[in-house]
This record gives sequence, C-alpha cells and structure tokens, in this order.
Amino acid sequence: MEIADKLLSMVYALVAFAVVLGLILFLASRYERRGGRSIAWWFIAPTLLLLAVALVYPALRTIWYSFFDASGASFVGLDNYGTVFTQSDQLVVLRNTVLWTLVTPFVATAVGMLYAILVDGAKGEGVAKALVFLPMAISLVGASIIWKFMYDFRDPAAGTEKNPVEQIGLLNQVILWLGGDAKNFLLDSPGNTFWLILVMIWIQAGFAMTILSASIKAIPSEMVEAARLDGVHGFKMFRFITLPSIRPSVVVVLTTIAIACLKVFDIVRTMTGGQFNTSVVANEFYTQTFSAANQGLGAALAVVLFILVVPIIVYNVRQLRASEGR
Amino acid sequence: MSESTAHPTPANPVPGATSATMQDVDVAGAVPDKPGPPLAATAKRRLTSPWASLFAVILAVLWTTPTLGLLITSFRPQEDINDTGWWTVLSNPSFTMENYQTVLDPDKSSALGPYFINSIVITIPAVIAPVLLATLAAYAFAWTSFRGKNILFVAVFALQVVPIQVTLLPLLTLYVDAGISGTFWAIWISHTAFGLPLAVFLMHNFMREIPGELIEAARVDGAGHVTIFFRMMLPMLKPAIAAFGIYQFLWVWNDLLVALTFAGPGAATAPLTKALFDLAGTRGNAWYLLSAGAFVSMIVPVIVFLSLQRYFVRGLLAGSVKG
Amino acid sequence: MTRMMSRPRTRGAVLVAGGLSAVLALGACSSDDDGDGGSADGGSTDCADFESYGDLSGKTVTVYAGIVAPEDQPYMDSYKPFEDCTGATIDYTADKNFEQQILVQAQAGNAPDIAIVPQPGLLQQLVATGAAVEPPAEVGANVDEFWGEDWKAYGTVDGTFYAAPSGASVKSLVWYSPTQFADNGWEVPTTLDELQTLTDDIVAKGDNKPWCAGISSGEATGWPITDWMEDMMLRVGDPDVYDQWVAHDIPFNSEVPTEALDAVGNYLKNPDYVNGGIGDVSSIATTTFQDGGLPILDGACSLHRMASFYASNFPEGTDVSEDGEVFAFYLPGKTADDHPVLGAGEFNLAFADRPEVQAFQTYLSTDLWANNKASASSEATGGGWISANKGLDPANLVNPIDKLSVDLLQDPNTVFRFDGSDQMPAAVGSNAFWKQATAWITGQSTKDTLDKIEASWP
Repeated sequence: MEIADKLLSMVYALVAFAVVLGLILFLASRYERRGGRSIAWWFIAPTLLLLAVALVYPALRTIWYSFFDASGASFVGLDNYGTVFTQSDQLVVLRNTVLWTLVTPFVATAVGMLYAILVDGAKGEGVAKALVFLPMAISLVGASIIWKFMYDFRDPAAGTEKNPVEQIGLLNQVILWLGGDAKNFLLDSPGNTFWLILVMIWIQAGFAMTILSASIKAIPSEMVEAARLDGVHGFKMFRFITLPSIRPSVVVVLTTIAIACLKVFDIVRTMTGGQFNTSVVANEFYTQTFSAANQGLGAALAVVLFILVVPIIVYNVRQLRASEGR
Repeated sequence: MSESTAHPTPANPVPGATSATMQDVDVAGAVPDKPGPPLAATAKRRLTSPWASLFAVILAVLWTTPTLGLLITSFRPQEDINDTGWWTVLSNPSFTMENYQTVLDPDKSSALGPYFINSIVITIPAVIAPVLLATLAAYAFAWTSFRGKNILFVAVFALQVVPIQVTLLPLLTLYVDAGISGTFWAIWISHTAFGLPLAVFLMHNFMREIPGELIEAARVDGAGHVTIFFRMMLPMLKPAIAAFGIYQFLWVWNDLLVALTFAGPGAATAPLTKALFDLAGTRGNAWYLLSAGAFVSMIVPVIVFLSLQRYFVRGLLAGSVKG
Repeated sequence: MTRMMSRPRTRGAVLVAGGLSAVLALGACSSDDDGDGGSADGGSTDCADFESYGDLSGKTVTVYAGIVAPEDQPYMDSYKPFEDCTGATIDYTADKNFEQQILVQAQAGNAPDIAIVPQPGLLQQLVATGAAVEPPAEVGANVDEFWGEDWKAYGTVDGTFYAAPSGASVKSLVWYSPTQFADNGWEVPTTLDELQTLTDDIVAKGDNKPWCAGISSGEATGWPITDWMEDMMLRVGDPDVYDQWVAHDIPFNSEVPTEALDAVGNYLKNPDYVNGGIGDVSSIATTTFQDGGLPILDGACSLHRMASFYASNFPEGTDVSEDGEVFAFYLPGKTADDHPVLGAGEFNLAFADRPEVQAFQTYLSTDLWANNKASASSEATGGGWISANKGLDPANLVNPIDKLSVDLLQDPNTVFRFDGSDQMPAAVGSNAFWKQATAWITGQSTKDTLDKIEASWP
C-alpha cells in the first residue's frame, strides 16, 4: 500500500467514526426531545458493544477453558486450579504478585504526586515533567537493555591482572566506588523481586505524575490563595488543600497501577525470565499459554488474575459509594 | 454536592471538589469569592523553597539516569558497550553515529519509513476513538441515572484486568470471519476496545470533579444531555482528555502484540515497534542497536507529550480564573 | 579438528556441477528481472530447472518466518530465480514473535501459505491444529534424495511426512582463541579426556579460568544448558539412549541422563573452571548467552561451548578463522572415532495446497535452492547459513565456521541428532527443562533437577 492510500484509509476511518458517532448522538437527542428517559444507554451502547465483543467474550471463554485440559479437549473440573494452588513454586508466584501489587502503586503514586506538586507551575515545568515521563515512552523497546546497564554484574574477582573486570552496570560501579562489594542484583531472592519492582515504579511514576498533574491543575486557584492568606504553607497546604482536592484522582491512579501490576509480565520476562523466584501470575499465564502449550492451566492462571482484582474492585466500589453519598 | 460549596454559580466551576474534599476544604478555611492570581504564579513561589527544589532535582536526576545511560550507550561503538560502563565516556569520550546509521539505513529490508507511517496511521484513530467513546460513556455513568449504573461501571473498569493475550485467538477468529484481519480496521477496533476500560475509568473520575450544579443549571435552562456533553463537558475536560490521550497514545504507539496478531508482520500494516524489535537480529546478537532504536521511537511520544502539556494549564483552570 | 579439515571431499564432481548451475541461474534470472517479470523467458535455458513448475504468473505465495534482517535478505534473494522463471510472487514476512504468532494464526484460520518452523515440537503443535497440509510427493522424494532418514523423521508427525528441512545449525562446537592456543602451545582436543586435560592445563597456567558461559535469554533462560546436556547425552551415553531419552522411553531422571548432567556440571559447576572474565558459577545464570563467550576476545576465558550461529556475536571486524582471534572446534566424542553431532534446523510447513504453493515447496526441497540460498547468504551477510542438504556445495560457503559446520554434517562418520528439547513436549522442552536447568546452575542438585523435569512430563 502506498503512503497516500494508507493515510486516505485513516481519513476514511476517522470520517466513518465521526458519522457513526454523529448518528448515535443525533438519534439520542431526538429521542431525548421526545421525552425518552434512558438516554444514558445511547451514550454507553458503543462502549458496551465493543467491550462485550473484545473483552467480555474472550474472558468468559477463558473461564470456560480453565476447566479443560492442556489441549482444550476434555473436561477436567478444577484440576487446573488444584495445580495452581498446590505446586510449591506457585506459592512464591502468588507471593510475588501480591508484593508487586502492594508496593508499586503506593511508591509510584507517591513519587509521581510529589514530583507533580514540586514542579507545578515552576519554570520549565514541561521539560521537567518530560524527564519523568520518558520511562513510559521508552518502556517497551529499550526496556530489555536499559536496566542491563544499571543491574549488570561482573565479579571483580574474575579478573586477572592483564584483564581487570570492568563493570558495565552503574549500580555495581557506584557500590564499588563507595567501597562495597559488587552484587548480583537479579539473582538473590527475594531482593531481586524488589529490583524488578523498581523498574515498574520507574515507569508508572510517569503515569501517576501525568494524571495527578492534570488534577492538580484543576484545583481552583482561589482555594489555594485563600489558604495561603490564612498562613497555610508547605505540608499543611498539601495535607488540607492539595490532597483532598485530588483524592479521587489518587484513588484512580492507585487502582490503575495496581491492575497494571497484576498483569505485568514483560519486565519479569525480559529481565529474569521468571527465574530465581521472581515469577508472577501473569508471567506463568503467558508461559503456560504460549510456551508450554497448556491452554487449560494458562486459562486457570488468567482466572486467578480475575480473582485477584476483586479486592481492588471492592475498594473502588466503597470509594464510589462514599462520593455518591453527597 | 455539599450545600456549603463556595462556588455554586455555573460560571465559576469548582472542579476537584467532591463532597468529601469540600469538608476538608472547610476545615482549612473559607474559600473567598474573589478571583486569585493564576495558580502558576503562586506555585512558582513554592519552588523557591530550596529543599523542594533540591528534592525535585534529585528525583529528576534519579529518574533520568537509566535513560541517560541508554542515550549515551546509543552513541558508543559496539566493542565499548560491552567492555566498559557508559559513564566512562566522561573520562574517555568515544562516540559514533554508527548505531543510528544502521537503524536508519534506508537500504536495509527493515528500513523504518513504511513502519513509521503505519504507526501514525494506526495511532491517530486508535487514540481519538476511545477518547470520544469513553468520554461519552463516562458522562452517562457520572451524570445520568439509570438502573444498574454502578454495577455496570464497576464491570467496565474491572475489565482492565483481562490480559490482552486471552483475546488474541477469539478476536482474530472473528476478524478472519469478518474478512478484516490483516487490515488497519482490525487494529483500530482492537485498540479502541482495549483502551475503553481505563478510559471510562479515568474520564469518569474527571467528570465527577465537575460540580453538579453546573449540569443541573444547564438542565433547568432546558439543555439536553447531548448539548451539555458538547458545549460544557468536552471543553472543560481538556486536561483530562490530554492526560488520557497521552497514555493511550503511548500504549498504541508502543504496542507490538495487537498490531502483529491482528494485521500481521508485513510492511503494509506493521508498526514501528515491529521493525525496532527486529533490529536486534534473529538471535538477538545486535541487541545494542535497540539503544538507538529506542530513541528513534521515542521522539514522537515526547513531542506529543510536550505539545499536550499546554492543555494542562488551560482548560478548567482557565475557566475558573476568568470567573 | 585436523581430521575434519583434511576429510576428502567425496561428493566433489556432482556437487560442483549443481552449485555452478545454481549460480548461473541466479545470475541469469536476476539480470532480466526488469523485463515483463510475468512469464519465464522462453529462450533462457537457465530457467530449465523451473520448467516443470509451469507458468505461475500472477500467483502469490506467502512465507512467514522468525528470521529477520539482515538474514531475511538472502531468503528473498534465493526465491528470485523461482519468481523470475515461473512468474510467481513470493511474499516473505518475518518477525521475532513468530513462534507464538504462528500458532495463533494457524488456530484462527489465518495461516500463511508456508511457515519456516524452527522446531519439530512446534511443527507437531501446528499439525495438531489441523491447518497444515501434506506436501506433494516430489518434496518427499527430494528429502529422500538429499537428506538422511533422520532429518525426514524430524519433519514427520505421527507417521505422516509434512515438512522438508530448510536451514541447519551445528551445536557441538567449542569456541576458542587460536592465537591464545598457539601462544600457550595448547592443542585442540580430539577426545573428551583430552578436553579434560586441556581444561586442567589452562587452570594450571593460572592466567584465566578456562570456561565461560551465559544462559540468560529472557523467557528461554536456561536453554544453553539443555544443549550442553544433550551433547553430553550423546557422549556419556550413545545416540540410541539419546533417542529413548528424547522420546521419554527412559525416564528423564534415569541413570544416563544423570551421568550426562553431572558431566556438564563437571565443567559448568566447578568454581575453578568458570566463569572466565565474568564471575562465579552463579553468574552463568544472569549472563546473557550473547555475552557468555565474549571474554575469549580479551583472553579472560579460553573455552565456550555454543552453536555455530555464535559467530555473529563477535563485534564486527573480529577475525573468525582457523588462525584468527576466535574459532570453534568440534566438541570431541568419547573417543576420536565417536562422532556425535548435535544440531538444529528449520522446516518448511505448508498450510495451503494450491499449485503455486506446492511448486514453491518443491523448489525449497531441492539442492538447487540450498545452493542458491548459500550463495545468497555468502553475498548478503558473509555466510552464516548452512543446510544439511547433501547437495549443498561447500564451495558456495565463504565463512570458515560454515565450512566447518557443513563438513561436520556431511562427514560420513557423523551421527547427527536434533536438539532434543526442541522435540520434547512444550511443557518440558520450552518450560520445565529451561527452568530446572537454571535452578541447577544456581545450586539445585542434579537429582532434584531431573526429578522435577521428569514430574513435569505431560
């Protein structure tokens, strides 16, 4: 396809989308003028339709296949779940997933929020935020090697006089400069899981910063100024003005990062391959589904993810109820 | 919305204020009616605190260091990359453009040009569509009432947890049956659907921050939901749309799996990420080229981020200041 | 080693002729490809080899593989004579996610016409989807003619022949520095005992640890150890035991596999022997396989067991030859007469039986294609591609490692065996074996390791 054809097809798509959306809204407004009550359905119908086809149907299918064997041919009841919860190393996998989901959201949100507040309105704010945003932009392509140059380990003892060992991982070099012993970061459990989590925090802090920054910008300046006139500064300003104002956004960011952590597998996969007790549920799901050709067990692991998200849902429902009670 | 709200008039919205937050605000002190100076001006003073500045700089340096390492690496000769740390360039500078030349070499069968165009063609509709659809849906969830609303909303955002990998086979089968596998349509539809749960979740949150009085007042004036959505919501939600737009843009721009599965690896539809991953070579022996590749692929997202920045300052904030 | 090099070229005459015609076909056809491109040039005798395929003008065959740039170009080049002479278009696409993608595509009914499948295990999974089709009889006949029975068996699923072999790689190689060996008066070993003696000599010399290794490879972390173990299975055991082990006719944790893994451990888990230039034994686990052999370049390590494709891992400009900075020798057998060779390769599996697909499939199974491909690789990438096709003329190879590998494959004394983990069920070959091998190198006992792999066999 020529470039012009491709661009043209994109324009067609955008026009088609505009036409469909316009039609829906046109019909909705006519319906509304005639006194139709449940106009909401017009608004959410396109979303629900797409979600039903693209996510709900595959999810139900996954639940169904979790009761079947590796090839999906014969029904095995709860055997796959038995395997998930009884294999000794699966407990480590569950522990790691919980660690990821608990640690990352809070640290990443705290860092993102702090940074968003610190640089808010400062000179060169855009560039300053771009620096923390970079990891999100780089995450996929460079991820496999960017942290190699942080965590790489070469044992100084392996060198000879002719060929002294040089570090290419910055962290070990810093440790050596400070007079410590070089360390194989990715090997020793359970510390290695934290080094992997650090990568996720590094990426997600940018997300937290972006969303929370938009939210902070929305705090009415009158409110801030009034508080300031009342002598509220620094931490008090954060505690009584900023945080309460952006609280719903903080909940949203925590939730989103937590769910992203449940699903995380690419960091684990590229950096340790899930070895050395660093695997997580999503990585096991991926391995069983695509490497080990065990569709049933893979599906069961995906369903475990669906179950693990329940506490997050409950928390959000409570938040929703609290804000509804206005 | 609490009756104690200090800004009940539609002309002066108080975003970011739910009932819970309002109580806290009241604790902090009454909010005056007179418009204050722009927030940006007051905030600039905040950074004058040396500790705050120092802290911001430390965070920025920590966060940038891995990226800087990769940037420097991308300019180093292959032999050096494996032999010495990237920081040694400070004492022993040795740079080359070779990695970038290899990556951008138009003679190679993996020349990036067509893939770059594909990424653009994929990304623009795949960002616009979910943003608009989600804003529409989020409006319904936030400001209309219908039976089963909350259950439905929770179900929508909970769908975020469905790993995309479980959708590949069933969706591809549907696309093959519909005759659109291998086309951009399959990618656009998939990205739109996959982006919706998070989009609805985020937009709903920002929607809720808009004071209900505004909408009620407009309703009293006889405006329909469609009008309110276009005349009030879209303009006021610019920062939120920008924030989610950036995220969805990155997601689509950096995606490999969705595009590859639904439209194949050919130069007709495959995105830039496909060409970049292949740079490392069949057996990964040229992995160092990914350093240059990563920066080539990063240019567009960073430009988008910086240009959407301005909507973070305008939008809601501008409205409240004008009031 | 020396024996390898001095091996008389038995198949000489026939092969050179075949190779020559191939080169001619390449030249002639590519020179007139600016013509109508549709039908074959009637007068050109060089298209004679393609006449039996008939006129395929306007037909397209799609090929999908995991082989990406720069190695993809020689594939396209080698298709050129077929395209020019028959008028068909071959559409080659590749990406590195091939192994996962092809399964999804086949299951969803979206498979390419031909897939270049790198493992017999994956081949079986693909055939199990029901989407694959059997090749025409000529392909089977060509495979009978140009490959051994063993290779045909790797392309056969449940007694039905599906896929002709394509490229190959030789895994039983040890990388070393000929310069370092010459400086120290070390000889290339010809038996396992000599390898042991050499190792101890290097230790005694005291300049560096003899061996280096790296097994980190993302999700596939651990695979280099599985290759090591397979090589040792062929040496402490014999090819028959190896076959039984791969087919699970003997348990994974039985006697010979235990001996074999311990034989690997003798080198890789001995702190005096590893990990030259990198660290201790456990550093093997976190060093990428790409980096594992690089310390040879600066003399920090002397021996690195890795497949023939490792040649491309050394920085550009490295002299890879018999007297150069680095080269490889054949990992010796138990005695100088034992000649087991571990290797791997790709297979052309078809998902359509249209005439043009069958014609193209047939071309790919000929010696003509193998020679065209080898010449194209020599030209485009300086070699790096070989085939076990007996019709492959070593004269078409420019790279010393390729020549060494083809010599090994074509040596009549060689007993070839395909990478065992590639043939085992995916739950073992692409999961448990890798995982447990990694656990083993970081301290798990041989017994626990093999017991766990045995338990994972589906």
